[in-house]
Amino acid sequence: MDRSAQAGPVANVLAWSVLLFLLLPISIVFPLSLTDQRFLSLPYEAPSLQHYVTFFTSERWLTSTWQSLVIAVFSTLLAVVSGTPCAIGCWKLSTRLTDLVRVLMLLPIIVPSIVYALGIYRLWIRLDLLDTYLGIILVHGVTGIPYVVITVSATLANFDARLEQAARSMGASLWQTLCWVIMPRVMPGIASGAIFAFIHSWDEAVLILFIASRALFTLPRRMWDGIQENLDPVMAVAACVMMLLSMLALAGDLWLRRTRDK
Amino acid sequence: MATLATAFPRTLPQTRMLGASFSWWLLIAPAVILMLAFYAFPLAEVLWISVTEPQPGFGNYERLLTSAALQRVWTTTLRICVITTAITLVAGYVVAYALVSAPPRLQRWMFVCVLLPLWISVLVRAFAWVTLLRSQGVVNQALLSLGVIDQPLRLIWNEFGIAVGMVHYMIPYAVLPLYASMRDIDPRLVPAARGLGATRLEAFRRVFLPLTLPGIVAATVLVFIFSLGFYVTPAILGGGRTLMVAEYIKLQILDLIRWGVGTMMATTLLVAVVVVLAIFARIVDFRRLFGSRH
Repeated sequence: MDRSAQAGPVANVLAWSVLLFLLLPISIVFPLSLTDQRFLSLPYEAPSLQHYVTFFTSERWLTSTWQSLVIAVFSTLLAVVSGTPCAIGCWKLSTRLTDLVRVLMLLPIIVPSIVYALGIYRLWIRLDLLDTYLGIILVHGVTGIPYVVITVSATLANFDARLEQAARSMGASLWQTLCWVIMPRVMPGIASGAIFAFIHSWDEAVLILFIASRALFTLPRRMWDGIQENLDPVMAVAACVMMLLSMLALAGDLWLRRTRDK
Repeated sequence: MATLATAFPRTLPQTRMLGASFSWWLLIAPAVILMLAFYAFPLAEVLWISVTEPQPGFGNYERLLTSAALQRVWTTTLRICVITTAITLVAGYVVAYALVSAPPRLQRWMFVCVLLPLWISVLVRAFAWVTLLRSQGVVNQALLSLGVIDQPLRLIWNEFGIAVGMVHYMIPYAVLPLYASMRDIDPRLVPAARGLGATRLEAFRRVFLPLTLPGIVAATVLVFIFSLGFYVTPAILGGGRTLMVAEYIKLQILDLIRWGVGTMMATTLLVAVVVVLAIFARIVDFRRLFGSRH
């Protein structure tokens, strides 16, 4: 298409400076992690991997990475298993009540984390779930549901409802319709939702301050303490590890979008 | 599809009974139960505590009117939010404008630049800003060695640092709705205005800009409500010296264990967010702005 409304050179220069501003902090982390100094700085003489060695031999950092992964995997599972049928049900029924359900599912995105953090902190004190896998997985899973509901609903918007009616009228049970007709079509949406939910848990840094303290120390939690106390170069390595997973997730999502649009 | 359409016209007789719709409700139930038990209920309890502790009544809310400290927290928060939103909007508008008129291949790269930060942990980004902006940080070191300054600039642990970090976080959230509204504009309109004798600026101001108004409103609302309750970046880049409302709440609960004041501020924050949303949900269709074109 002929885009004759081309942006002028001034607009383009401004736009690219903003984009550079967006990339600046992200691009500085990797060089910092290669420093040959004992403090956080750019490498003075030659890049060194010494802090990577420290990270991958430190029990504290490895434990945190492992805990973060376990929590992210299980909370993603919880979000996908409960969010997907919910989106399908809302799509099929589409009544006033399901509209209300959709709003309920969006709550965790709208409500500031800090407000919810107080409530769940209080509840977990009472139920004795502070600092437990179950407690954190429930919280990350429930707050991950919106991402699954949104992505699955978006895929369902392009799905011909008559296919489902056809299957049902030919005698397929609800379960068979779900497994053989609906699920294959919304798979890309479920996969996207799972990626979002995983990253949501992997990055989550506010709720964890309230609901975990000693036994469980996720990667964001350890980074938080590191920033407050001492900025040691291993932090830059940890930041790179976190970024690596985010970038893989973004690549996965972009790939899914491309296959979906084809 | 044509055969399917004739076989199953949209006016398919309603064979579903209450029983059939009941099994669909069963699919919805687990998520609803989880959300009510572990999200809505604890959230409601926050509101409840704010009027029951330490004594029943609106004592906590009265402090909003009498305590200078609380008022300072709110004015600081609002000031930083307004500044952040204004800068973010201008920056986001420029990017969205360049994005919508870029050739497809370049557009893909620009999109990656916008989406990449969105996917990276807010904590990692705040950490990156600390390493860049602190007095022994990369920016100050570079400026010192170039001889531009002879004393490190104070770029962090103040409102400037908070604003930089927040603007950086919010720009993608402004670009996406702005881009969505610009994409739908007929690309022939601006050239038409130019052909009719409008200058470049006039065509932009009188044709393009008004058409992007829904996008502008949506981006403003989104950025503003996200800024209001933002915790991580202000807490780290403010270094405890500039208190915004989210960090104030955290201090009340975890450090001072004053549940009454903490939950009162949290409730006020929630009400502020909901009010802003309620006003603008009537004006903008948020669902349309997030990808789905239906």
